[in-house]
Amino acid sequence: MNSSIDNPLITRSENLERVINYNAKSEVSVKTKNSIKRSHRQIKTEVVFRRTLSVIGWLMIALVIGILLTLIWQSMPSIKKYGFSYVWTQVWNPTASVVNPEVFGALPFLFGTLLTSFLALLISIPFSLAVAIFLGEYYPEGWFSNLLMNTVELIASIPSVIYGFWGLAVIIPILGKSIMTSSLILAVMIIPYAASLGRSMIRMVPANLKEAAYSLGSTRYEVIRSVIIPYVKSGLFAGVLLSLGRALGETMAVTMVIGNNNSFPKSIFSTGNTLASMIALELPEATDDTHISALVELGLILFVVTVVINLIGRKIISRYSNV
Amino acid sequence: MESTIIKSVGYNAYFGDNHVVKNVNMEIARNKAIAVMGPSGCGKTTFLRGINRMHELIPGATANGQILLDGEDVLEMHPIFVRLKIGMVFQRPNPFPNLSIYDNVIAGYLLNGIKLPKSEKDIIVEKSLTKVALWNEVKDSLVKKGSFLSGGQQQRLCIARAVAMEPEVLLFDEPTSALDPISTSTVEDLFHELKRNYTLIIVTHNMQQAARVSDLTAFFYMGELVEYDDTKVMFTNPKDTRTQNYITGRFS
Ligand SMILES: Nc1ncnc2c1ncn2[C@@H]1O[C@H](COP(=O)(O)OP(=O)(O)O)[C@@H](O)[C@H]1O
Ligand SMILES: [Mg+2]
Repeated sequence: MNSSIDNPLITRSENLERVINYNAKSEVSVKTKNSIKRSHRQIKTEVVFRRTLSVIGWLMIALVIGILLTLIWQSMPSIKKYGFSYVWTQVWNPTASVVNPEVFGALPFLFGTLLTSFLALLISIPFSLAVAIFLGEYYPEGWFSNLLMNTVELIASIPSVIYGFWGLAVIIPILGKSIMTSSLILAVMIIPYAASLGRSMIRMVPANLKEAAYSLGSTRYEVIRSVIIPYVKSGLFAGVLLSLGRALGETMAVTMVIGNNNSFPKSIFSTGNTLASMIALELPEATDDTHISALVELGLILFVVTVVINLIGRKIISRYSNV
Repeated sequence: MESTIIKSVGYNAYFGDNHVVKNVNMEIARNKAIAVMGPSGCGKTTFLRGINRMHELIPGATANGQILLDGEDVLEMHPIFVRLKIGMVFQRPNPFPNLSIYDNVIAGYLLNGIKLPKSEKDIIVEKSLTKVALWNEVKDSLVKKGSFLSGGQQQRLCIARAVAMEPEVLLFDEPTSALDPISTSTVEDLFHELKRNYTLIIVTHNMQQAARVSDLTAFFYMGELVEYDDTKVMFTNPKDTRTQNYITGRFS
């Protein structure tokens, strides 16, 4: 019936007649009855749909808990053997010899991870803050802002192996393989996270507060410094924490440029290793059970640190957006 | 002899291509209260925001012509100096939620990085709050956040904040439209006091309010200044039929 209504060969008045005739037929009430019967089925579908959704939801939660349990389970031999001293030990020696016994300590890598990430954060903050303010307040529209926003978002989508390659080709000739080299690359990679969150927070600052400040003779810089930044500071902090979470876990790019040195780094310009890059490098080759277990425990530490940082970040964002 | 403080000469304002305020010529004498009336969308707010260069904060908004403040064209001045001389009060009370009542009053100084000795700040705060009849109500809770106050008190706090900068002119954009009747009449009473020190330009939707508080009334219609005269004349003997229609409620 509908298709004939849409048929362009049928003139408008003919069409109208058909509609009227169609509506006049008693067929309509039958159809209505049918649709009422169908609605019971729809309720059933709805129930099934809702159950499916919650099953998938629980599955996701179970998955994450499963990952955590696997990590703990597989780390058990190492945890039993070294206990808490594992976290503070500075030596990582998987190949036992007469002079050097087999020993595993996570400290150089935990330190390497935290150092590269915080350094990256320090380097990236001025840039992400500048981008957030530029796009959120100074020039929210226009071709250049669109270009900048798309470029910054693109940064987040470039595969990290490309950053690793770029580091090898451009930064290593200048700085060599080092903690600093990894931090520079990480800094670029994490800019989008703090920048885009900061930008949307800055856009949420009520216009009437900004106008109040302008009406009192403030410059744009003063409005940004004294009205916008105080209003969004916890949001900006949360963005920084989320980008820290991203930096902590980054593996590929860091592994390629950090120099993979298992001893405790002497300075930010010396080589080092991170939790993630250690696992990526050694796990495929490891055969010894304790060695494997010690590597998994590195993963457990990384998991805990990343989750805690992310939780804090999310907590701040949710508190912020409830206000 | 009355002295002119503001003179608008062939002033036009635009949002992009949309010509919103059209060739406004208007002279405002010092220490008067001017009501600006007209149907909604006729350009009252845009004209008001043109006077202290707030209009151009909106992307794509432009203006031309002249608005002379004591003979100096504000369109040629730096907007920051204009806004220090011409304060503004908005439709919705907008105290800074993160600042105390005390700091809200001196917010202009804080924002603009002007350092004042504590004693001077105290004087400014007390004087400004007294001028808006808020001092007695809040003098014991100056450290509380401005957002704790009632809507009417918040609006008076915002007036105090503008007054604290010692402007010459105060602009009000429907300052009572978000307030209850009692707060409204408190704010209306203020206008008579404020007039002694400042020139007031008050956009209002409310004809009774215009009649109560203003010396002169300007009637805008579709971006044009249709008629501008003594408030009494405007309400009893308007010359333009559009003014007559508006005042008799034939359109709003
Ligand atoms: N921010 C804006 N952007 C574009 N057009 C606007 C903006 N604000 C107001 N206008 C337009 O300008 C005209 C005048 O608006 P306004 O001055 O606010 O009128 P009034 O205050 O008299 O109600 C209206 O037609 C409105 O659509
Ligand atoms: Mg308006």
